[in-house]
Amino acid sequence: MNDLDLLTAITVFVLSVLVGVEVISKVPATLHTPLMSGSNAVHGIVVIGAMLIAAESHTWLGYALAFVAMVFGAMNVVGGYVVTDRMLEMFKAKPAAEKTPRNEKTEV
Amino acid sequence: MDAVSNAVHYVFLATAACFVLGLHQMNHPRTARRGNTVSASAMAVAIAATLWLVIHQNTITTTGWLVLASGGLVGAALGLYAAREVKMTAMPQLVSLFNAVGGGAAALIAVDDLLQADNPAGLGARVSLPGALDIVIGAVTFSGSLIAAGKLQGVVSGAPVVFPGARVLNVLLPAAFVGGTVWLVLSPDSRTALYALVAVALLFGVTMVLPIGGADMPVVIALLNAFTGSAVAMAGFVLNETALIIAGMLVSSSGGILTKLMADAMNRSIANIVVGGFGTGDGAPAVTAGGAAQVRSVSADDVAIQLAYAGKVIFVPGYGLAAAQAQHELGDLAQLLADHGVDVSYAVHPVAGRMPGHMNVLLAEANVPYTQLKEMDDVNPEFPQADVALVIGANDVTNPIARRPGNAISGMPILDVDKAKSVVVIKRSMGHGYAGIDNELYTDPKTGMFFTDAKKGLAELKAAVGEFVT
Repeated sequence: MNDLDLLTAITVFVLSVLVGVEVISKVPATLHTPLMSGSNAVHGIVVIGAMLIAAESHTWLGYALAFVAMVFGAMNVVGGYVVTDRMLEMFKAKPAAEKTPRNEKTEV
Repeated sequence: MDAVSNAVHYVFLATAACFVLGLHQMNHPRTARRGNTVSASAMAVAIAATLWLVIHQNTITTTGWLVLASGGLVGAALGLYAAREVKMTAMPQLVSLFNAVGGGAAALIAVDDLLQADNPAGLGARVSLPGALDIVIGAVTFSGSLIAAGKLQGVVSGAPVVFPGARVLNVLLPAAFVGGTVWLVLSPDSRTALYALVAVALLFGVTMVLPIGGADMPVVIALLNAFTGSAVAMAGFVLNETALIIAGMLVSSSGGILTKLMADAMNRSIANIVVGGFGTGDGAPAVTAGGAAQVRSVSADDVAIQLAYAGKVIFVPGYGLAAAQAQHELGDLAQLLADHGVDVSYAVHPVAGRMPGHMNVLLAEANVPYTQLKEMDDVNPEFPQADVALVIGANDVTNPIARRPGNAISGMPILDVDKAKSVVVIKRSMGHGYAGIDNELYTDPKTGMFFTDAKKGLAELKAAVGEFVT
């Protein structure tokens, strides 16, 4: 499946770095932790790679590697996005009006 | 490329664009949550498209489906559980763990690709070079992140672990994996080369992170984050998937920028941190200047009066606050003052906490509105107008000595707490921070030391302030 030539791949690589630097440098320090866990979730895209190798596997070793890669990748994607959402939900412009969050603290 | 494969790749392109848009929306707390949702939705669509591709190609066996589905479900369940249950103070460990699994998955993809190739000896450097790099970076990230998570969790000693010959090993191991990489690139069919490279990389991850002290963790996590991104991008080269290259490099630049910001905020070079050294908390104690200098001790009532009659109060939280689990008490005190008409804000140093931006999350959890969270460069000009600066659990980042040359923290950017009209420091004792030096702020005549536990002290302050304002 060598559809992609090396030069194209490297072009994509270099441009992605530049876009990344441009976008990320505008994120305020206040949000650096959610940024990190959010970008963490983005590299969970590796789960797609894991799915593709699972589709090509036909030996026990291949199945074992694909299984572990699937577990790792799925954990990365789901956990990363959920925890980032949980954090960002807490960032509010005004203090919560009612005092209910006090009671939720026990379960956090 | 057939029609379905083509369509799927257009979907991947759209996904990559959404990742960029999602990250872009992280530039403000108001839009950040939406950005995360955009990114997550794009990921879900990309996964669905991949499923379609897998069904369409129809090379997958029944066992393959079983592996795909069960692995995905187990991983998703673990991720969901961890994300829901984690305490905000434990966030650095979780991010480290996700770095580990992301890097691990990327390395496994390359291992699988080299093992399963129909004609491994015929693989050109086009596949074997990124494959070898993927294995090296992914495996180093995997073991390194697990050690980092262990250190943060307290399972592995947080102090730098240095054993005889560790530094020699840290020079030899990179040499070994440069050699291993070359070997594997030249003979991609060699199982020995493959296994040796995996082993060396895993070992290097461990020996790289073990000697790094707790104070340097924000840098290490950011650095490992950058590594994971690069490993995923390499996996993209191996599999010919641009989506992985784009996503991987976005993460890598994010990790790289954060690494640099953290290192700058600690006034240390990245090389210095990785090689190990100070910042470890157990360095030789600096000579105490001029014996026991005078400090002024104050009581809860004294501080409460100051706060209640202040026009502007700046809180300076450090990790000690989180360690004492006193964020909520601080949030309550600040809210009480704000309701009373006092202008309150929080001065957050970039390295406050155990990962970049950690303190902000801990304060947001304690109901502190983000409008009150100020970054160092924004808040420093405000200190001269502050009637009271209340320091809780921060030490080295408030030490004016950093402005002078010739000491352990010279040149480190600090919060200009000493410029406030008066200063109160809540602290259990006169102990030192990570740098192991005396803090001149404490002996400043306008500084009052309130010696107590942060949680108890803040609760007392709130009660005492309550007496004055109601």
